[in-house]
Amino acid sequence: MESDTVLRPLPRSMDATSTEKALAKRPRIGETIIEGLLFLAGVVSILTTIGIVWVLASQALLFFTTEEVSIIKFFTGTEWIPALGQFGIWSLVTATLMISAIAMLVALPAGLATAIYLSEYASPRTRGTLKPILEVLAGIPTVVYGYFALTFMTPLLRQIFGVDNVQVFNTASAGMVVGILIIPMVTSLSEDALHSVPNSLRQAAYGLGATKLETAIRVVVPAALSGITAAFVVAISRAIGETMIVAIAAGAGPKFTFNPFESAETMTGHIVRISGGDLSYDSIDYNSIFAIGLLLFLITLVLNVISRFIVGRFREEYE
Amino acid sequence: MSEKIERDPENYPTGAAQQSQIAKRHRTGSLGRTLFLLATASAVIVLTVLLLTIINQSFGLTAVQSEVPEEVLVQRYNDEQKQSAPDLDSLPKPALVAILQEQISRGLGRRLERDQRFFEDQLVFEDPVLWQEVCASAEPSAGCTLPARSQENVVALVQERVVVPTVVESWFLFDSIFNREEIILEAAEKYPDAELVFRSWMTGEFVASPQSSTPELAGVRTALLGTLWVIAITMIVAFPLGVGAAIYLEEYADQEKWYNRVIQTNINNLAGVPSIIYGMLGLAIFVRALESITSGAAFGVVDAGKTANGRTVLAAGLTLALLILPIIIISSQESIRAVPSSLRKASLGLGATRWQTIWNHVLPNALPGILTGTILSMSRAIGETAPLVVIGASTFITVDPSGPFSKFTVLPIQIFQWTTRPQSVFRNIAAAAIIVLLILLVLLNATAVYMRNRSAKKQGQLS
Amino acid sequence: MTDLVENHNGKYAVETRDMNIYYGAFRAVKDINLQFKARRITALIGPSGCGKSTVLRAFNRMNDLVPTSWLEGEVFFHGKNLYDNDVDPVEVRRRVGMVFQKPNPFPKTIYDNVAWGAKINGYKGDMDILVEQSLRQAALWDEVKDKLGQSGLSLSGGQQQRLCIARTIAVKPEIILMDEPASALDPISTLRIEELIQDLKKDYTIIIVTHNMQQAARSSDFTAFFNMDDDRAGYLVEYSVTNELFTSPQNELTEQYITGRFG
Repeated sequence: MESDTVLRPLPRSMDATSTEKALAKRPRIGETIIEGLLFLAGVVSILTTIGIVWVLASQALLFFTTEEVSIIKFFTGTEWIPALGQFGIWSLVTATLMISAIAMLVALPAGLATAIYLSEYASPRTRGTLKPILEVLAGIPTVVYGYFALTFMTPLLRQIFGVDNVQVFNTASAGMVVGILIIPMVTSLSEDALHSVPNSLRQAAYGLGATKLETAIRVVVPAALSGITAAFVVAISRAIGETMIVAIAAGAGPKFTFNPFESAETMTGHIVRISGGDLSYDSIDYNSIFAIGLLLFLITLVLNVISRFIVGRFREEYE
Repeated sequence: MSEKIERDPENYPTGAAQQSQIAKRHRTGSLGRTLFLLATASAVIVLTVLLLTIINQSFGLTAVQSEVPEEVLVQRYNDEQKQSAPDLDSLPKPALVAILQEQISRGLGRRLERDQRFFEDQLVFEDPVLWQEVCASAEPSAGCTLPARSQENVVALVQERVVVPTVVESWFLFDSIFNREEIILEAAEKYPDAELVFRSWMTGEFVASPQSSTPELAGVRTALLGTLWVIAITMIVAFPLGVGAAIYLEEYADQEKWYNRVIQTNINNLAGVPSIIYGMLGLAIFVRALESITSGAAFGVVDAGKTANGRTVLAAGLTLALLILPIIIISSQESIRAVPSSLRKASLGLGATRWQTIWNHVLPNALPGILTGTILSMSRAIGETAPLVVIGASTFITVDPSGPFSKFTVLPIQIFQWTTRPQSVFRNIAAAAIIVLLILLVLLNATAVYMRNRSAKKQGQLS
Repeated sequence: MTDLVENHNGKYAVETRDMNIYYGAFRAVKDINLQFKARRITALIGPSGCGKSTVLRAFNRMNDLVPTSWLEGEVFFHGKNLYDNDVDPVEVRRRVGMVFQKPNPFPKTIYDNVAWGAKINGYKGDMDILVEQSLRQAALWDEVKDKLGQSGLSLSGGQQQRLCIARTIAVKPEIILMDEPASALDPISTLRIEELIQDLKKDYTIIIVTHNMQQAARSSDFTAFFNMDDDRAGYLVEYSVTNELFTSPQNELTEQYITGRFG
């Protein structure tokens, strides 16, 4: 039917110019406006980034140009006592690193082992049951994990290691629970990496007389190593940026310590505590949290970029 | 297998040696398998322990000590009036008012009466002349116009002002069940005046009551409403922006152009920025720089001089909107990408414009996926605490938020506040508030799962 | 058929008796009775989907990796049924090696690709010697001897396939199963693989699945022709000395197939 109409010769009255007119490019203003609006929606994300960088950098600049503050002492000092004008970031950074390290000690083996089980061993049915449970764990708000750290993990640690040895607020408890928090993330990203290892490699290993474990550990995991590494890097970044668990369970007050059973304050924990109180704008306290925020932003950004870079190279290997 | 088939007996283990080599490898294999299984099971265990911890704190025996025990009041009434009322709830209103008259100060009584009268036809605490004056003044009290207090209302007043039940100690649920006898003994010894009652901290009353500094009376209504207001703002802003950006990137953007690649990379990087950083952005931009807008002063909603403060529902909603924007964009992009390109070609081939194609064909097909992703990002926003603490949610407000320019608190912040209080009773209500939060999240996620399954079914029918 | 094999007067490397292979309820292969001569090349041919790969994979229990698959009947290897309960598939696979359709070297160095299988199987000798021997046997040594530390993935497709053969040889199997080993390769690489297979015949029993009838005719000693029946179950049509099968097929179907009239 359609083709009939199309193939019918042009009516005589319709001369060449009117055809030209009918097919001429028509400005579609509505279309252009819509495309423009959608483009603006995309630009909002750019503005967000610019906003973050500008806010953090400008306030941090104010902080560093304050008389009491020396940028060298900021990066070398181990005491953070605003009242005395001492702003040494290391007391906050060590706590952050310690909690992230403890978290990774929990999340790395548990997450990778779970990923191997789900990818190499579990039947589709078991996978179908376990994956939603991991999703539930990933969906629980961090403040609930903080509550869990304070009311379950800390008492447990104090029971095991002695009330005198373990303070009520301590980095061990916070770190372990941050670890639990990021297990689902490590698992899901590592599992994706293991999954993308071609089946032919597993068959080759079996064909040489390898057992299932030998195939999994010595062929599949090494083949997925870059993806797994990327997962770990992202997880570290997540642990460093985690706030509520440490704000609740790690303690309030910067302290330069390497004892996981003592209280200490992380970068994020400090920002939350300072901004949660009555804070007057443009005070040195107010500006200092932006300096910490800038450092935090840069660390996590670098980690995320590294992870993406590793993943990019990994993809090239197999596709 | 027999010896004779060995191909390289010098270098490969044979016979018994080989049997044991294989057996060892298999033992290692099953050990590994067991370890992996245990690690996986630990996820289930952690989830269970976490839920049990919360339940354990939400219910249990409590030792309640009252300033004037309820029974004493009821007994006195029964003796005087030769009645046999079983409890406070069944006392008539005049008797309850009499108790108040006897037990509370006149000043407090007058305040209560000005809020709401006890009787239509008589004044209890207030002087009639003064009352006339107050009601005739430019700003009459609420009590002048409101109907009289109900009997239940007066019961609650007596509870709150006279009986004042205080939980002096609470026990965990599992202790309460398994060590009941010991707890009874312990309580009788430590608190001879206290009454031991089994209490569920998570009740309908808990959900419906406003915040209070008394944990026994505190509820989450203020916080729950705050959460709903903030999320409403967040979704109104983030959903159109997120889906719009996703449509732009998938349907219009030429990936060869540098600026489009910058937008895409930038979105991916934003998804990895810690949430607390967004809080600092919100603090500096929405709370401070745009204070006149977020406080409502620019719209004349509040007097500029009086309460102008950018720490409002609007500022919080906008902050969380920026936070979940990358998540919505990425998940919407995936849904749009999954729409078969044959559909687009068919539509364009019929002479539809690009936007007509998107609006009539691409979006309807991508919608279930987009909505699922949106709901998941919404539950992320509901659980976020850190950025809202940073932009300065109010730590203590009892007034329900009523609009975008209200001060606010949200459920996670309420949980955070209560968790960090030293008194153990606050842990109980924190646990109860967690249950409310988790129920809210479960409902949302169930909706998402339902929609995912429904759309999967629908797609199944199509193909 | 029995006569034919007995004429050669040797012993069988593998022998199947009434073998049926199922995937769940689906019977993929039915009633296969076949004997394979030691140190000979036997080709399995037939239209695609006729189950020849499934038959091949039955000889080193690779079908076990498909959870729904199961086997009925017996597969004898040195008088032992490979599907007896006390047989360990891991051990079977070391003795019955396999080369796959697409080259699948591990993402490890060339050296480790060859050494890995030997290592897990408890090889005690000098690994350098084993690697060199295996690569020489696979006719790859001269091409890679200066870059043993490079990734196996850096080689060309044909080289990768020979690397996979070297890897299989290194664990000293008795039988090598080859599942269309040259189908993913260019003609020159294919030719080299075919020459290599001829060389390997001295030491190994080779069973090869192939699509390519010229290849079967050129390089095998025996050929088994499979077809599938109406239920899509594969069955053996004819089995004989390659020359005979291609010059004077006994079965009409075989003749149709080798003259290219179906398949």
